Amino acid sequence: MILPELFQDWFVCQGWQPHPHQLALLAAEGDSLLIAPTGGGKTLAGFLPSLVELAPVAGPDGYLENGERAGVGLHTLYVSPLKALTADIARNLARPVAELGLDLRIEDRTGDTGPAQRRRQRIDPPQILLTTPESLALMLSYPEAPAIFGSLRRVVLDELHALAESKRGDQLMLGLARLRALAPDLRVTGLSATVEDPQALAGFMAGARPVEIVEADSGPDPDIAILPTARPAPWAGGGGHYAIPEVLAAVKAARTTIIFINTRAQAELFFQALWAANDENLPIGLHHGSLAREQRQRVEAAMAAGELRAVVATGSLDLGIDWGAVDLVIQIGAPKNVKRLVQRIGRANHRYNAPSVARIVPANRFEQIECVAALQAVKARDLDGAPRGPGPLDVLCQHILLTACAGPFDADALFAEVGTAGPYHGLARADFDACLEFAATGGYALRAYDRWQRLMLQGGLWRLRDPRAARLLRMNVGTIVEAEMLKVRLRGRGGAPLGEVEEGFAASLVPGDTFLIGGRVVRMDALREMVVEVTPDPGRQPRIAVYSGVKLAMSTQLAHRVLALIGDPARHDDLPPDTRDWLARQAEVSRLPEPGLLLSESFPHAGLWHFALYGFAGRNALQTLGLLITREMEAAGLGPLGFLATDYALLVWSLDQVADPAPLLDGARLRAGLGDWLGDNAVMKRTFRNVATIAGLIQRNMPGLRKSGRQATFSSDILYDTLRRYDPGHLLLRVTAEEAGRGLVDFGRIEEMLDRSPRRDHRILTRVSPLAAPLLLELGRVPIRGEGRERLARIEAEALMAEAGLQDFA
Amino acid sequence: MSGHGFDYHGLRLVARGSGVLWWPEGGLLVVADLHLGKSERLARRGGPLLPPYEGLATLERLAAEVDALAPQVIVSLGDAFDDMAAVPALDEAVLARLQALARARDWIWLAGNHDPAVPQGLPGRLVGQLALGRAVLCHEPCDTIPEPQICGHFHPVVRLAGERRRAFLLGARRLILPAFGAYTGGLDCDDPALAAVVPRGLAIACGSRPLVLPVGAPRPSAAIRRRR
Repeated sequence: MILPELFQDWFVCQGWQPHPHQLALLAAEGDSLLIAPTGGGKTLAGFLPSLVELAPVAGPDGYLENGERAGVGLHTLYVSPLKALTADIARNLARPVAELGLDLRIEDRTGDTGPAQRRRQRIDPPQILLTTPESLALMLSYPEAPAIFGSLRRVVLDELHALAESKRGDQLMLGLARLRALAPDLRVTGLSATVEDPQALAGFMAGARPVEIVEADSGPDPDIAILPTARPAPWAGGGGHYAIPEVLAAVKAARTTIIFINTRAQAELFFQALWAANDENLPIGLHHGSLAREQRQRVEAAMAAGELRAVVATGSLDLGIDWGAVDLVIQIGAPKNVKRLVQRIGRANHRYNAPSVARIVPANRFEQIECVAALQAVKARDLDGAPRGPGPLDVLCQHILLTACAGPFDADALFAEVGTAGPYHGLARADFDACLEFAATGGYALRAYDRWQRLMLQGGLWRLRDPRAARLLRMNVGTIVEAEMLKVRLRGRGGAPLGEVEEGFAASLVPGDTFLIGGRVVRMDALREMVVEVTPDPGRQPRIAVYSGVKLAMSTQLAHRVLALIGDPARHDDLPPDTRDWLARQAEVSRLPEPGLLLSESFPHAGLWHFALYGFAGRNALQTLGLLITREMEAAGLGPLGFLATDYALLVWSLDQVADPAPLLDGARLRAGLGDWLGDNAVMKRTFRNVATIAGLIQRNMPGLRKSGRQATFSSDILYDTLRRYDPGHLLLRVTAEEAGRGLVDFGRIEEMLDRSPRRDHRILTRVSPLAAPLLLELGRVPIRGEGRERLARIEAEALMAEAGLQDFA
Repeated sequence: MSGHGFDYHGLRLVARGSGVLWWPEGGLLVVADLHLGKSERLARRGGPLLPPYEGLATLERLAAEVDALAPQVIVSLGDAFDDMAAVPALDEAVLARLQALARARDWIWLAGNHDPAVPQGLPGRLVGQLALGRAVLCHEPCDTIPEPQICGHFHPVVRLAGERRRAFLLGARRLILPAFGAYTGGLDCDDPALAAVVPRGLAIACGSRPLVLPVGAPRPSAAIRRRR
């Protein structure tokens, strides 16, 4: 397709030239994937082919003889990970569509769309529909899906790089496979930020189908550096508060700044510290996923209106609205992952062909090295990223159930269709059948009951046994499983919502406790009907809310770069002087870790023996290693008392010395230990909860469920324990083990660490080594489980009894 | 599994960490809210297909207590079955376990709101309420029944050290047992529905070692807690 005159004129009127990648997408004959930095006219590029195709019927010449428009039905479906983005796109498209004189209905369909609008869209869909993966899955579960989507010609998938990182992407790809079956002429366009492996993303999007990859000119190199500070980074911690004066100065010098910080709790604290020093009252906002939606929207609106000079944000602003005015990005704390750093840098200056400006603030000494390594990777355009695993089976289970909601299906046909989805390309029939079995009967080994039947086979087709089940299944669409969160509100009738905290944190609060939320210190008054009621209490020292979110582990590639940098003194000139001195001292007292070598140290400190292992395997893997090693130490009678894992190192303290770490680091023994230990672990239970929820074993939403607390919900841990005991081969346990192995447990990286380090060196020292010293200051110590938790509960109960004057009763 | 002993209107009782109530003097064990057949009922009604093993899991835990205490009488304090249709649908293995537990001892079923009628084909006898010393055993607390009462029905839980634990609730005139069934949810002790039944008293949290804490009284200040 070439650009018609109408469109050429429009570009001329704007004083623009179509970007080469916009024309390339227009010319693409089949599926296409556009990789472009933000600000490259990506969205318009995605929609241009649709508008050009629709122009003959929607333009001035598109009337029939009777004066009406020819009905085209739904022509283009746009899917974005963010609801807010769909509304934004609708607004942004409205202008060119009006200027081109096109008569088009462009509507969004998300969780916020009202029932009347939804109904109308099912009967009379617009030509362009903007939606999210969850709403698409829902629409595909309706019997009308073939009628709605049969006319579809184009699908635009926005922020595909982000979708591909989660199960939302897997669900979307299954939906896309369905769409291709309903509308065989469909052409798909993916839009993505810079990624390390465009070919892999293309495979994710299209499976075995050919994809034309269009890489836009990535523009000039970013202007990116470590923010110079008067004070050096502290030894430990992750707050970055030492750099507050310089951050404020940078904010003042720029027009609009986004300050990214890795966790919600850190964002709260940094925001507070920033305001404490903000003598000029620069308008600075806060944005993270635990804040109430109203609050976030207020900040977004103020940002869009140019009323804010800066916003402190977490990953909640990684995607989304294009704020052309942002001219500086500051990253507090090491980025942990080069790709994410590059994508965040891209948030600054959305003007095409202007360099992005970004500054990094390492939070501590180790991070100083990590930031230098990350900057070198950015310069070398060496992005990281782990290859995606195969499509998860819990998502497939949900897809099978939702497919049954739309109507009876043939198992062979569905298997063939699922295989066309990128993530499920190569899916084994046995796995598909296991998922179908789970969807149909729960998949239990001990299955003597005909009542355990959600799907039944009738005339060769699978269908819902009870059509009423469809409602429940539709209510539970989606793959986003949040931790149990409780709402936080100001006390009093209609008190303003402030946000959410984890249930576990809320349960640990008693009236009078203070904590930080939305940048203010509040006092807990009561926990009433699953809402935490608070009053503002400025000036008190707050406890820190434990917001959800596992800390992101440093990527494998970045870890290798860090290790290479530390291990090569010739390259230490790239580091700040204080860091250089620190490493030099380590080389004198002990030795430096280096690629190919696994360094460990034993030293006495504070009356205990400490064992430090410099594994550079990421936080999750080293945490798992900590649990496994302390188990072995317990068995060996070394009396381990606790451990601490960072991205770089593991520190274990114990009564006795680790003289020879070799048996502790034996791959086969670790793997054997993993099997025993894993089953009973909280990490596994958390993973199981997600898997069971997505697969439809646990239903989050029930019709007519009142929040009386009287509902018969019980912990998913019980289901997990029951399955482990009575049905250890169950599909969901297998899925849980696979997922934990890749994610939180990350055993693969322990093995990677052992494989890449053929040489071992264990140093026994008389005192703390320079490299180990910062570890002693880190937070996040893990006590060895067992009696510990029981003891804590006992102490708390005794304190409560004593306070109530009832100690004699206990 | 240990227990917490206490006096209740002249009865020397033990709240076991497992969640059963034990009266050593009478050799009598009370268990509340077994909810057998729960997964079956949910599946039958088109709900989620939960693992069909909760009957076994529940009765194995009960068997461990029976082995440890050798009671002469077992009282089920109502809601032993999730509904009446669950009784004939009971898995054979579960049925066999139940019969083994009832062998050579007296088994008394108290009617609950989920299981108001006599469970057909099962050992034991059904009664509406039962006297134990001065106290009355009945499924739900009730104003028309003389106090003190010993009841089930509410599935009380307490929050302790960031965890929810099943708990006995000990008030001046009412003692509420925790639910024993594997798939039973819980109601917080400070929920208005429970606070109306036991406004003030003690909770005995279940666990390998039962823990006692106050309920209904204003919780101690944060400052006290931080001292530890």
